[in-house]
Amino acid sequence: MNVVKALGRLWLVPVALVAWEVVTRVAEQPFFPPPSAILARMYELWFSGPPSHLLLTDGALADLGPSLARLFTGWLVTAVIGIAAGIAIGCSPRLSDYVDPLIQFGRAVPPPLLVPFFLALLKLGTPAQLATIVFGVIWPILLNTIDGARTVDRQHLETARIFGFSAAQRLWQVILPSAMPKIFAGLRLALSLALILMVIAEIFAGTDGIGYRLLYTQRSYLYPDMWGCIVLLGLLGYLLNSAFLLVERRVLAWHRGARQTT
Amino acid sequence: MLEITDLVHSYGSHRVLGGVSFSVAEGELVSVVGPSGCGKSTLLRSVAGLIRPSGGRITLGGEPVERTPDNLAIVFQDYSRSLFPWMSAANNVALPLRRKGMDRRRRREAAMTALEQVGLADAGGKFPWEMSGGMQQRVSIARALAYRPSLLLMDEPFGSVDAQTREDLEDLVLNVCAHHGITILLITHDIDESVYVGDRVIVLTRSPTRVAADLEIGLGRSRDQIATRQLDAFVRLRAEVGRLVRGGHTTTPASVLEKH
Repeated sequence: MNVVKALGRLWLVPVALVAWEVVTRVAEQPFFPPPSAILARMYELWFSGPPSHLLLTDGALADLGPSLARLFTGWLVTAVIGIAAGIAIGCSPRLSDYVDPLIQFGRAVPPPLLVPFFLALLKLGTPAQLATIVFGVIWPILLNTIDGARTVDRQHLETARIFGFSAAQRLWQVILPSAMPKIFAGLRLALSLALILMVIAEIFAGTDGIGYRLLYTQRSYLYPDMWGCIVLLGLLGYLLNSAFLLVERRVLAWHRGARQTT
Repeated sequence: MLEITDLVHSYGSHRVLGGVSFSVAEGELVSVVGPSGCGKSTLLRSVAGLIRPSGGRITLGGEPVERTPDNLAIVFQDYSRSLFPWMSAANNVALPLRRKGMDRRRRREAAMTALEQVGLADAGGKFPWEMSGGMQQRVSIARALAYRPSLLLMDEPFGSVDAQTREDLEDLVLNVCAHHGITILLITHDIDESVYVGDRVIVLTRSPTRVAADLEIGLGRSRDQIATRQLDAFVRLRAEVGRLVRGGHTTTPASVLEKH
């Protein structure tokens, strides 16, 4: 039943693809290669490898490897920093009053603007790219964690107090779990931002990776390749988001259950 | 074991408690009843050390209450905000036992025993939101039992459940009190309930709140939802408490009441 329903909703995808194919073939514009050509190019570039490499070619590993490493390192490092700082700030109204204006200013600065600065300050390549990602994605994580830690139910905290929970118990068993739904919302937003910033960082400050490949193909007039990069990035974003939702659904099963019954 | 002397508390210029004094002896189940907004919760929160009263003295086992006392447990009215929804019932019960220096296995055992005592032997693995309100409140009571407190505070513990569940829970508390010798201070706005569960009933006045009457119930510990409520003594006491809560004066001297 569900499969039929899901398929029923997916009919627009092939229709859009066919329309795209027809329009690009009729227009015969070099800037807009038909999707079949794009897919053929993607297959050649990335997915015609040996089965032992999950069909990935050396080119795919060279393009995607460094990019994904950057993306995940940046995201995870930021998650640790953002959650730790967010809990500390959220639990202390005084600290929160002090740092709030700074946070509001910091998050208003568009992160790509800082790439030239990071390039001047740090080495071209990974350090500057990571700095760009970290600075860009920390805000949703930080703000959501602060909000989550600040809005822990008063009665949960009182229960912890009455039953004499230690500071560690209060943090790990009460504050973190109850902030988790908001933290996850922040992490998910941060993940899609991290993908964008990874590409930007590679375009401006890269020598490898999918973003650099995108720039290179554009400069070499390899339009099917360039479109291949764009499609690949779109697919990557979609996959990352789906994988994250899967994890979230497991970790926050209690939250969905609790929300449905109250 | 619990002494409250001349307890005063104000929120800003609004005086809630105007000098409340009473005591609770070891093993007693004392219900506190009063008109709504009379500061029952303020009283309870002071005893729990959650707020610092403006004046007066509270001692528990001879020690003045300044912060939350070590051997105190609480059952709140709003079970859904007191149990942690991210843990199973058994973990909710077991978590506070860590400070008692029990290892994981013994905590688990103690939790299962407590759940059994409240009639939830099979529900240890369930999450609070998978249970009815009455079951959640039972878990909350099990958590308090497993903790073995010297004083158990109950803040309108049956205020959010349906009538049938409420009767079951009242009997559960009576049972627990009789079998475990726990001292309980139970706060309620329900006159009937205060008489049914209490060894003694403390009636509070409107704010600034004082003690209007301190009635010995003397119905014995084994009570029955139907039979006890039919007793002449019960009916008389309920009427008495009802009049006092509405601001009337006691028509029967306490000495006469005590004979019933």
